[in-house]
Amino acid sequence: MSQARLIQLEADILGKNNGYAAANRARFAKAGILALNLVSSPGSGKTTLLCRTLALLAGEFPCAVIEGDQQTSADADRIRATGAPAIQINTGKGCHLDGHMVGHAVDHLNPPDASVLFIENVGNLVCPAAFDLGEAHKVAILSVTEGEDKPLKYPDMFAAADLVLINKTDLLPHLDFDVDLAMANARKVNHRVRLLQVSARTGEGMAAWLDWIRGARLMALSGRPSQAAE
Amino acid sequence: MHEMAICENIRTLIEEQARTQHFSRVDRVCLEIGALSGVEVEALRFGFDVVMRGSVAADARLEIVETAGTAWCLPCAVTVSIGRRYDPCPRCGSHQVQVTGGEEMKIRELEVT
Repeated sequence: MSQARLIQLEADILGKNNGYAAANRARFAKAGILALNLVSSPGSGKTTLLCRTLALLAGEFPCAVIEGDQQTSADADRIRATGAPAIQINTGKGCHLDGHMVGHAVDHLNPPDASVLFIENVGNLVCPAAFDLGEAHKVAILSVTEGEDKPLKYPDMFAAADLVLINKTDLLPHLDFDVDLAMANARKVNHRVRLLQVSARTGEGMAAWLDWIRGARLMALSGRPSQAAE
Repeated sequence: MHEMAICENIRTLIEEQARTQHFSRVDRVCLEIGALSGVEVEALRFGFDVVMRGSVAADARLEIVETAGTAWCLPCAVTVSIGRRYDPCPRCGSHQVQVTGGEEMKIRELEVT
């Protein structure tokens, strides 16, 4: 005979994802891989920015890319054209990448030790905020063709990001976009966030972004247990 | 969409529990959702009914305990309550606040048969 009973669970709803993310993070740390989770709305210029970044970093250290989209492999094709290895994850109906998908993609992609792994998340400022992939940093991209109030409208994402790139700054002369206001709004939700202005099209501001990546990569390398043991 | 994904995670957790704790029916699910967790409670309720169909929790009553958002204000050096992520410190108006509570997304307990 079954009887009604109470199960005290206290289980984190996203605990399973967090477990996969922790395994990814441990793997990246062991290999000295810097993993960056790039998040933005659709159309912020993420893929163009990434292609430009890969072209500028070519020959400096190995880079690899995981591309997340609901459908098509168009973005991975664009990335591969730069010479960097890329793998496409199609989430189908899903609105975000999760730790499990990224773990599988890393198995297939097998990025070399001491490389930089860019994970381009599905264009969506809501759901990817909640799903840890095991990355070192979330980098949010906000283009100047969007509103200055985006950080306030999507506070979870901007609160989770360590760096915000304000992209398409070459268009500023044609727009009413107030960069200072956008930056102030980002700081309202995240007072520690770093902010950089870039134009993937003209290359303006890209040097500071590349320097940020270099710095983060050194941090990832210094945390590498195998190096400490050598 | 976000809430649907969360409901799918809840269903997976409940089904795991059903296997390990040997129950076949869930009568009540109690969740703890923080005010700053990014979860829309109404959307979660809607998604819950849809996602639980055909599962052991198909007829379960959903109970949601909402916890308040709290933050540490750096200038004041005290814990304050905030309703939204972009809220300033209610004492000094500063945005130099660090969220300390209200991000929870948990299954607290299940009433099962």
